[in-house]
Amino acid sequence: MIINSRFFNRSELIGFVALALLLFVILPLSLDIFRLNLVAKYLTYAFVGIGLVLCWGYGGILSLGQGVFFGLGGYCMAMYLKLEASSVENTKIQSTPGIPDFMDWNQLTQLPFFWKPFHSFPITLIAIMLVPGIFAFIIGAAMFKRRVGGVYFAIITQAIAAIMTILIVGQQGYTGGINGITDLRTLHGWDIRTDHAKFILYFIEVVLLFACIIAAQFIRLTKLGRILVAMREQEDRVRFSGYSVANFKIFAFCAAAIFAAIGGAMFTLEVGFMSPSFVGIVPSIEMVIYTAVGGRMSIFGAVWGSLLVNFAKTSLSESFPQLWLFGLGALFIAVVLAFPNGLSGIWQDYVQPHIDRLLASRKSKPGNGFPVADGAPAE
Amino acid sequence: MSDEKKPGLKSPLRRKLLMGMAALPAISMLPRASFAEAPATSAVNTTGLAVTDSEVTVGILHSVTGTMAISETGSVEAEKLAIEQINAAGGVLGRKIKFIQEDGASDWPTFAEKAKKLLVNDKCAAVMGCWTSASRKAVLPVFEQYNGMLYYPTFYEGLEQSKNVIYTGQEATQQIIAGLDWVNKTKGAKTFYLLGSDYIWPRTSNKIARKHIEGHLQGAKVVGEEYFPLGHTQFNSVINKIKLTKPDVIYAIIVGGSNVAFYKQLKAAGIDLSKQTLLTISVTEDEIDGIGGENIAGAYACMKYFQSLDNPNNKAFVSAFKKMWGEKTVIGDVTQAAYLGPWLWKLTVEKAGSFDIDKVAAASPGVEFKGAPEGYVRIHENHHLWSKTRVGRAKADGQYELIYETADLVEPDPFPKGYQ
Repeated sequence: MIINSRFFNRSELIGFVALALLLFVILPLSLDIFRLNLVAKYLTYAFVGIGLVLCWGYGGILSLGQGVFFGLGGYCMAMYLKLEASSVENTKIQSTPGIPDFMDWNQLTQLPFFWKPFHSFPITLIAIMLVPGIFAFIIGAAMFKRRVGGVYFAIITQAIAAIMTILIVGQQGYTGGINGITDLRTLHGWDIRTDHAKFILYFIEVVLLFACIIAAQFIRLTKLGRILVAMREQEDRVRFSGYSVANFKIFAFCAAAIFAAIGGAMFTLEVGFMSPSFVGIVPSIEMVIYTAVGGRMSIFGAVWGSLLVNFAKTSLSESFPQLWLFGLGALFIAVVLAFPNGLSGIWQDYVQPHIDRLLASRKSKPGNGFPVADGAPAE
Repeated sequence: MSDEKKPGLKSPLRRKLLMGMAALPAISMLPRASFAEAPATSAVNTTGLAVTDSEVTVGILHSVTGTMAISETGSVEAEKLAIEQINAAGGVLGRKIKFIQEDGASDWPTFAEKAKKLLVNDKCAAVMGCWTSASRKAVLPVFEQYNGMLYYPTFYEGLEQSKNVIYTGQEATQQIIAGLDWVNKTKGAKTFYLLGSDYIWPRTSNKIARKHIEGHLQGAKVVGEEYFPLGHTQFNSVINKIKLTKPDVIYAIIVGGSNVAFYKQLKAAGIDLSKQTLLTISVTEDEIDGIGGENIAGAYACMKYFQSLDNPNNKAFVSAFKKMWGEKTVIGDVTQAAYLGPWLWKLTVEKAGSFDIDKVAAASPGVEFKGAPEGYVRIHENHHLWSKTRVGRAKADGQYELIYETADLVEPDPFPKGYQ
């Protein structure tokens, strides 16, 4: 198999198959639709996590503003859904029928120009990737060309997240304000609120997630990915070797933004609304935490991290409504202190050697005493 | 001696009579279950809610963590008190109320997730919850989709009406119009400066206030209108503008922690609230706890309930609340409205003779609750409450002194004509 020999090494293949098995077979069969929808919600953060692995784990660019791109993707989708839900007959009690309800409450009598393209589904799909992509490009070009990096870049992304929230909250006639865009019903005429729709949306999302995983893996394995790692370790040497460091950084940042935006758009579909509370500083940092817990060097780790942390969040808060935040905080501290490489670090340091030994001993038994060296036939 | 005997002869009889009369109301309070068997579960629950022969499950969904916890805790406490009292009086249709509490964590999507859990997983027969408009907007589609019943306690901006929600707080016109009329009449106020936090409730409320001031009050006008982001703490520039324009009334709808900074800076700037009229619809006894009574003494608030209301229902409620949650607790408008939720639900279920959501929703209009701490309330066809509007004046001890109340109950009007 090509995949086995080149695209994934053996341990990555195990991770890939295990994750596919879990998401495609085990979870849909064992969970009811309510829990499955929750899993779908958790997985939307995995998109952000994959982006962060590329840009932070490999490229060394810590962005504390991924919520902005998550939000932009989500808002693009929400605008389309909202326009569809605000048909003239649905909104006839308003003073101006045919515009979203919150615009009517804010005395708008006409659809703002930037809402108009979102009547079209294909344009919406393009906008979901293009708007955050272009925005990330502008930020990236402005920062990286001036060689702003490291902590300063993190602070600036955080400021952008704060500005974005204030903008959305302040312009409530155009954005729905702090309530966000709510009461979304149909996607291209298809009711997304039914259990059946949730089931299908879950599979669409998982397929998209694997597409993103493969895309990220592809980027990682090309020369581009190696340059990213080189940049993280010794930026100046890469620059002196004649590479344009800024362009590679911009690329990584844009790719992470687009992944996050896809997650955001899926989030809107799964949860049924979008609000500024996903755009600000706190959610952005939370997304970094998911990645840190999962392991910032591992694409699969990011997925596991988002799944497990959110699962812990839900189950802790269901069992201990008043104390759960402390429990979650303790969990983060414990993970970061004890396992700086996150869950994937635990896997590589403690579980992987056992499996290797097991596989090695099995292979050596039936054979005639030829021990197979660990990972030797990978190429 | 003989003088003492005469009343002595009378007194046993009178005492017995009095005792007998005193016992009369107690009869009506006896749990219904002691007279008749509780109706069969299959008859009162045809849609698979969490109702057994002895128990019925309801949900409590508020933020007990995060920025909203400070406001929502009072509502949780009031709802738990009401549930305990209902259980002590025999429950609902002979069934004890069991509650499942979930934390919305001041986070709107979490509210939606937990609402779904309470309805889909736990099959709650009713949910008492939400505080901010944003959280209500987030859960509303969930309640409509899975056909649940939400009792929502907060005064809010209106513009909403749902079969699946009972709004136990006031909608905007109930809170605003009577208060403006009062300040116009008694203080002769002509100029108003409108302030608010920047989100839907203050903006809609100020919109209604402006329409009323400009359209219905003779010769009155708005001299300024400004909004601040949630959590804003620098009010110096607006305070300077207020000093320049000298409005008759400062109309303030600032919410949450911003209040502390606003009233302290107002005082520091030398604006004396005993001379400058300030009318707010966003500061309850709970907020004064944080602001400090001495910083806001003299301000007027327009609410439907104050802890200091002098009626037997309220006295019993306040003492029961303090007994359960401690002497230091204060009770604000929303806390009282939250207390109404479980009671209104119980009364509605008993009127409908069923826990089924559709029947409860249909039976809701016309349900009366005479034991409400705020006095008599009744549910309107639009699922809001008929209730009185009251104006109170803040005192340095953190309580409000009742100054004015409307003679009649004010009709809820979530979609006010001419105010949109």
